[in-house]
Amino acid sequence: MQALVIAAHGSHLNAASSTPAFAHADTIREVGAFDEVRECFWKEEPSFREVLRTLESEEVFVVPLFVSEGYFTEQVIPRELRLSGFDPEKWDSDGTSADHVTLTASDVEKTVHYCGPIGTHDAMTDVVVQRAESVTGDPTVGDGFGLAVVGHGTERNENSAKAVHYHADRIADRGRFDEVRALFMDESPEVDDVTDHFDSDDVVVVPLFIADGYHTEEDIPEDVGLTDDYRTGYDVPTTVDDTRIWYSGAVGTEDLLADVVLERASDAGASVQAEIEQVRERTRTVALATGD
Amino acid sequence: MDDDVLDSLWLAADHGVSFDGLHVDRTDETVHFETPADDATVTGRAAFEEVATEHAAYVSNWFFWHERAPTRDDHWAFCRWLEGASETPVSDRHAALDGGVTRSWGQLELTVSSTGFGERRYALRHEADADEPLAPLTRYDDPLAARQLVKHDGDGRYRPLKTATNLPTGWVFDDLLPEAMLETVEYVYPATIANWYRERKGDLDVTHWRETAARQTGIYGLVSDLDDEAVGWLAEACCVDSQCCKRREWDLDDECDLDVPRSEGAFPCREPCSLVVAAARTVTKLEREATETYELELTPSEKAQLETLVDAVAEDRLDEIREADFDDGANRYRVRYLRTKLFDDGLPDGHS
Ligand code: SF4
Repeated sequence: MQALVIAAHGSHLNAASSTPAFAHADTIREVGAFDEVRECFWKEEPSFREVLRTLESEEVFVVPLFVSEGYFTEQVIPRELRLSGFDPEKWDSDGTSADHVTLTASDVEKTVHYCGPIGTHDAMTDVVVQRAESVTGDPTVGDGFGLAVVGHGTERNENSAKAVHYHADRIADRGRFDEVRALFMDESPEVDDVTDHFDSDDVVVVPLFIADGYHTEEDIPEDVGLTDDYRTGYDVPTTVDDTRIWYSGAVGTEDLLADVVLERASDAGASVQAEIEQVRERTRTVALATGD
Repeated sequence: MDDDVLDSLWLAADHGVSFDGLHVDRTDETVHFETPADDATVTGRAAFEEVATEHAAYVSNWFFWHERAPTRDDHWAFCRWLEGASETPVSDRHAALDGGVTRSWGQLELTVSSTGFGERRYALRHEADADEPLAPLTRYDDPLAARQLVKHDGDGRYRPLKTATNLPTGWVFDDLLPEAMLETVEYVYPATIANWYRERKGDLDVTHWRETAARQTGIYGLVSDLDDEAVGWLAEACCVDSQCCKRREWDLDDECDLDVPRSEGAFPCREPCSLVVAAARTVTKLEREATETYELELTPSEKAQLETLVDAVAEDRLDEIREADFDDGANRYRVRYLRTKLFDDGLPDGHS
């Protein structure tokens, strides 16, 4: 038997923090890609510490629902899962290239394929683009539009900025949007001055965050100038300094993210190619049906 | 009795069946059939079917446990425990299961009933809804629904700790197959079955406070500084029956127990949870402050009122206090009066 474990941050304060983990797990359950699919959390239950013992499968693919490599993927998750002999060196990563490593967990007799975070997978680039399509309701959005990929910044690790640049660069290379920028909450270039960084009349702003919460629902909308008080909400788009800002909310809530989770597991050896196709098809249909 | 059942038993009897008081051995066409009350040796399939039918309770029980029950060790043990399989003989259990056998699991009430030959169905609800008729309860049949159901308490407040004693009421999963029941329990109280089973086997891997604290990094690294007495206060604040359904099995370390009563919960807590570690971070920082002396004059009733107020918050009693119950020291108007009288200009400065 094979299991998929989605490892997410969760929250003691915000009930919506677990929503993306549940939603993507459910998409993967629906296509029957694994015998077991389980969500686990740093702040909720099952905890990273105890999730493996709840599974029957002897082979487990663990995919971190995190945006970048760093503290959680390199220290917290492997330590809490008790992955014997884990060392970030085994990933041999440049900050965005962690792939997978196969280990055993010391409290259960299971083989664990520990994958890199979803945020740095190439397929995540497509999710950012699809997020832009969803929020504009336009499957061909790009022409005449700027796109800002927004990250937290360097607060705790430099890789968080690397992941944002990585996807921004990849999207820019495709030439689909007139302008693409990587912006940050607590380092420059800052998202506060988003309109200064674009000439386009329309700019899609996609935060590279997993769950909606304080940063994506309160901080960024106020910083960008969509609203003075997040509690009163804002329109999509909202005009700020003559630029229409299409603010998408956390990229992690995009249905297509389930595809990235499967891609990670697939790269680590799970045979889920057919299911990846199904998930892509389903989540694309969802996006088009719900996009205005 | 179904042909399927008879076929399975006929085949299994070739290697000998010995389960819950039923023994069946077959050599070619000769079958020896034994239960605690009876034994018979018969020849031929027709005679076998007759004697099996006479002992339908035993055959039904065997069939459920060998063809329908979950095979995973912990799940099997949990289902056995639910119906008291190890202490109730099949003859009694069979009758009891017709009416439903009930056990508590945290605040859950789980009922197992036999719903046909070799079949069981399970119901789950909040124990406070146990005596309610089913009608007013919202019915669910998809285990995944439990994840959202247990996210908030009855007042709509987010529940960060799944085993906190504020499981919402008003819902029921009333007709679940074994696997769906197990999955639902897993969503309501994650990992409790796995840890309960480890404990039953005698290999629960308890991680005590000191080891847990030493493992922490980042913003939680400082919790190792919390002194032993304060760890006890924390356990008393969070890990008692009134607050959490888990039974705390962790202490300071293997040798040093915390001098705090353990709760009675059915399932163990094998290490301080993330909520307790987060609370420890806050109190560790607070405990770093030195004490000071404050002088403030209170009437005896005002002192008693402050105690009542602290108690009312600690026992989560504020919602129960009636608007005009001025005898209750935690009544909002009483507290506002006290604030105006004593605290409007702030409390006096302290001195060390
Ligand atoms: S540490 Fe305490 S509060 Fe947390 S789960 Fe265990 S018993 Fe409950």
